[in-house]
Amino acid sequence: MELFSSLTLYSFITDPLTHDFMRKALLISSLVAAVCGFLSSYLTLKGWALMGDAVSHSVMPGVVVAYALGLPFSLGAFIFGVGSVALIGFIKQKSRVKEDTVIGLVFTGFFALGIVLVSKIKSNIDLHSILFGSPLGISLSDVKQTIFISLLVVILLSIFRKDLMLYCFDPRHAKTVGINVFFLHYLLLTCLSLAAVVGLQSVGIILVVAMLITPGATAYLLTDKFDNMTVISVLSAIISSLIGIYVSFWFDLETGGSIVLAQTFIFLFAFLFAPRYGIFKLKKLFAGYK
Amino acid sequence: MNYQSFRIDAENICVDYNGKVALYDANLRLKPGQICGLVGMNGAGKTTFFNALTGFVNISKGKIRINGESVRSAQKDQTIAYVPQNEGIDSQFPISVWDVVMMGRYGSMNIFRSPRESDVQAVKDAIERVDLTDHLSIPIGNLSGGQRKRTFLARAIAQRASILLLDEPFSGVDIRTEKLISELFIQFKNEGKTILLSTHDMIHVREFCDLVLLINKTVVAYGETSEVFTPENITTTFGGISPDFLFGPES
Repeated sequence: MELFSSLTLYSFITDPLTHDFMRKALLISSLVAAVCGFLSSYLTLKGWALMGDAVSHSVMPGVVVAYALGLPFSLGAFIFGVGSVALIGFIKQKSRVKEDTVIGLVFTGFFALGIVLVSKIKSNIDLHSILFGSPLGISLSDVKQTIFISLLVVILLSIFRKDLMLYCFDPRHAKTVGINVFFLHYLLLTCLSLAAVVGLQSVGIILVVAMLITPGATAYLLTDKFDNMTVISVLSAIISSLIGIYVSFWFDLETGGSIVLAQTFIFLFAFLFAPRYGIFKLKKLFAGYK
Repeated sequence: MNYQSFRIDAENICVDYNGKVALYDANLRLKPGQICGLVGMNGAGKTTFFNALTGFVNISKGKIRINGESVRSAQKDQTIAYVPQNEGIDSQFPISVWDVVMMGRYGSMNIFRSPRESDVQAVKDAIERVDLTDHLSIPIGNLSGGQRKRTFLARAIAQRASILLLDEPFSGVDIRTEKLISELFIQFKNEGKTILLSTHDMIHVREFCDLVLLINKTVVAYGETSEVFTPENITTTFGGISPDFLFGPES
């Protein structure tokens, strides 16, 4: 109770900022949220939620191997992320098994491989921080990697923003007017792998898919304009990260889980009260009182 | 006759999806100003035919020439426009009429797809021709079926393509849209555009298709509508079902 009585809103926000690790966590998580939020608009419209889940789980063995070999963890994660996508495509084409089954089969296989590797490779790998994220304990080299990858993804998405929108909306038209659909497909998958790589630092492998789908889904309920959807998605992702980190600091909760829960609450709020698409349709409710 | 005088010249084309044949030995030759109806059952290969012409699927055999050139260069030259079925698009996609029509210009824009003055003008003109000027900023999800169809037609107009491929242009549209599309077809014909449209409505075929292509995995019959569009051919196309059953006894 003492905590609350001495706590004003101002100090609630500023006190944590006196810690170096908190400033770093807030900065990195916001950046990661912005990247994942940006990509999220495309994934939700393309219907790639399950693909996001698959890629993010499949990076597990890559992270473990990279740590064991002393390589940047993002390199290992990226190779396994892209590898899982290639394998999914290959098995789907060469067998009669349906796509969602193939996706589930491949990513659980990769994930299991990662877990087995962790138990076998003797090193200082912290399984907990891989699975659940550790934005408060992020190292300086990880910070550099994260900033580099985040900027790369943001630049790629910004350049091909409209082409990717067209690809999600009407790939046949894109092809007909001479746009390279094959390139766009793999560009989106590459960005997905890279976003999963940076996202797992914030919330961990298990929950990173939430970073990739929840902000987009929330934004989809709030607007009918694609550009607005991207902005709302990015903002809701950043706000969730900030809320999650503060809450986990003050109440000593798991940070990754807190960030994702904040996203889920924002989604639920939109689901209930979105002006046009919420179940209570606030616009109509107010109109009724006029 | 010189092959270059054909807008579309498809010769013995075959398409298969992982070994399953969707279309085989299909031929089609169309000249500028011709309107051709593509008639067949569901699964007869109509959409596959369109996909082959736009280059969306690869043909496993045969040859397609568009204005004497490859499909690839036709794509680069913005020669072909495809107007999808209403069911073929995600109507809940957060995009406005203006943005959809602007997509018709993407192929001739720079890499960032930033519209020039000429692109803006082309989009405005196209939207005016389909009578949607009052609906510029409306999300496509809030349009009627007919308005949505006109939006995609405007995209094809904005693209300034000389070949229009239309998948079921009259399905699920209101009378006003049907009339507007019919009038546009006459204008397109006079402008020398080549039109290939699939339809289930036999009245439309008789009304404005110069030629008709009846398919059932391959070409059943092809030629002038008056000669080829006979009850016998239609029955063959639809797997033995009589045209009386399909269009009523008066036909």
